[in-house]
Amino acid sequence: MAAELTRNDIRDVGTDYKYGFHDDESAYNFKSGKGLTKEIVIQLSKMKNEPEWMLKFRLRALDLFLKKPMPTWGNTELLNAIDFENIHYYVRAAEKQGRNWEEVPEGIKKTFDRLGIPEAERKFLAGVTAQYESEVVYHSIREDLEKQGVVFLDMDSGLREHEEIVREHFGTIIPPADNKFAALNSAVWSGGSFVWVPSGVKVEIPLQAYFRINTENMGQFERTLIIAEPGSFVHYIEGCTAPVYSSDSLHSAVVELIAKPGAHIRYTTIQNWSKNVYNLVTKRAVAHEDAKVEWVDGNLGSKLTMKYPSIYLVGPRAHGEVLSVALAGEDQHQDAGAKMIHAAPDTSSIIVSKSISKDGGRTSYRGLVKVYPNATNVKSSVRCDALLLDEKSRSDTYPTMEIEEKDVTIEHEATVSKVGEEQLFYLMSRGLTASEATTMIVNGFFEPFTKELPLEYAVELNRLIQLEMEGSVG
Amino acid sequence: MTQKEPLLSVKDLYVRVEDKEILKGVSLNIYPGEVHALMGRNGSGKSTLSYTLMGHPRYSVTRGEILYKGQDVTAMSPDERARLGIYLAFQYPVAIPGVSVSNFLRASLKAIRGKDVPVKEFRKVLKLEMQKLGIGDDFLSRYVNDGFSGGEKKRLEILQMALFKPQLAVLDETDSGLDIDALKTVAEGINSMTGPDLAVLLITHYQRILNYIKPQFVHVMHEGQIVLSGGSELAHQLEAHGYDWVTRELATAQT
Repeated sequence: MAAELTRNDIRDVGTDYKYGFHDDESAYNFKSGKGLTKEIVIQLSKMKNEPEWMLKFRLRALDLFLKKPMPTWGNTELLNAIDFENIHYYVRAAEKQGRNWEEVPEGIKKTFDRLGIPEAERKFLAGVTAQYESEVVYHSIREDLEKQGVVFLDMDSGLREHEEIVREHFGTIIPPADNKFAALNSAVWSGGSFVWVPSGVKVEIPLQAYFRINTENMGQFERTLIIAEPGSFVHYIEGCTAPVYSSDSLHSAVVELIAKPGAHIRYTTIQNWSKNVYNLVTKRAVAHEDAKVEWVDGNLGSKLTMKYPSIYLVGPRAHGEVLSVALAGEDQHQDAGAKMIHAAPDTSSIIVSKSISKDGGRTSYRGLVKVYPNATNVKSSVRCDALLLDEKSRSDTYPTMEIEEKDVTIEHEATVSKVGEEQLFYLMSRGLTASEATTMIVNGFFEPFTKELPLEYAVELNRLIQLEMEGSVG
Repeated sequence: MTQKEPLLSVKDLYVRVEDKEILKGVSLNIYPGEVHALMGRNGSGKSTLSYTLMGHPRYSVTRGEILYKGQDVTAMSPDERARLGIYLAFQYPVAIPGVSVSNFLRASLKAIRGKDVPVKEFRKVLKLEMQKLGIGDDFLSRYVNDGFSGGEKKRLEILQMALFKPQLAVLDETDSGLDIDALKTVAEGINSMTGPDLAVLLITHYQRILNYIKPQFVHVMHEGQIVLSGGSELAHQLEAHGYDWVTRELATAQT
């Protein structure tokens, strides 16, 4: 009951979008010109002192990016509005990354203070990879993690310090040719996390990273690779907030997870990009024999999000879950979903997607369940619930099933509902204002998701939802 | 004992739902601490009166007014009325999936009091009231009215009433759907709250609950009007003769 009450307490906190500040940019010591050329990619790779193979990887990816057409599905109107020529592809905030809190530059520290990172860290952060601009500036690993042999670095350091592991796995789950935005990321990636968990090691405390975009017109292309060796467990959490800017920013990450036999990876995201950000992310995992992968994915901010976390179940008895929520307000489109690829027998998957649309916002569920021939005794269940808060908002479901095997059990259920007048009246008759009542109903709708989060994140999510609800009712 | 000012004064109230006029001139005075029973057939307008008193947006008052402590509350929203001390125990409380009973109770109590409720005090009061109503601890972590039995829903309504301490409680068919033991428990709960600080308008179709809760006044509603008012003996007459008796009496009175 204590946890219940604490979660509740926090619904009262917060009054406005307090992350809408931004720092003086003069402190940035490198910022690439706008637009993307071969020279920029070469310069970027040189500045990072990367091995030759990575430069080649980048250049090949750049070639693919320039050749590939924009997606012809999804919200093409918004997609085609992206001006690739008007984006800074690399910004570095400080010469080198701080090893501990004292070394972090003052201006950046101030921003993190306002985000509440130090407190959060004191309480239970295991290691922090806080991505500020394109470069990781703050990164600490608790000693017990090091003792366990767990590697938790920003991706650039990961490449320097563990080149062989990186080279073996990097881009194997999401090759640059996968899609235009994966190609773009592969060409100009910077920062992100590299996690490697040795065989049999269970990481008890979630590994957390904080991402943040700050420079106007800056693209952020972090790259995350998580490798869980056989029988290991890791929970990785990323949470995002971004300042409000007047022109569009592009965030295009690539996240690759590899769960080797019997390993278990949980990847939790809460993204709250400001409402001018394009969030076009490719997330994919491969689960080997008896492995388990879970994507827990919350999308609140951005102008347009297109994100479909995928799990390739390639070994017998592998299990995959995607639990996602999306909230779309005015001028927002959350196009999210999940893909489960059953390529081995006795594999199972669960997709639960919950979305809320309000003030004319739009949510789409786009999902795929694919079962290959001879993947027998597959079980998959898909559930999509959409909640509409008003008449002008919109929700669509695009489920795709490609089942090429008879011996399968597939369930699919989709509901669309409206916040009921009777629910509102009931809660208001208990003294709650229309806005408080709506927030309570919405929080309840998201509860199956929220309860999967560590307490601090659950609290933050409820607070963000409360901020979203204020001013949208009555 | 009649006091100077009624707690609730309903004056010549006309109410429409969509295009249908349901209440056609209802007047009713309730003084602090009084227990009134409002009886009548299904469809006579009893629940409409209860929703209107609480301010349901779909029930529009076309004529007349509702005064509470001398203040005109006719145009107030439900939450404003709740904070003034008006409570409605619903006949059919709705489910709020994903919201635990304990979160809901604490948020509501805070809203009604207009200030934070210390955790310690909240737990203490809650535990005490739950014991009285025979409610187990597991109740608190369940989602509000989600998958509740009829009896559990009614108990939660009365539990809220005990926590919020309203001065006026409108109990809409609180007896329906309860077996005899549950009815006794709920009635005892209500009785333990009545007194000079709580006035009750008990809306019921049956006389049964009046064996446990003794009203000082009984009103009979018929086709959107209160057609008969009297003391508790009226309830017994109704029990003995049925609602047809009222209809006949009315017919006689008109000739």
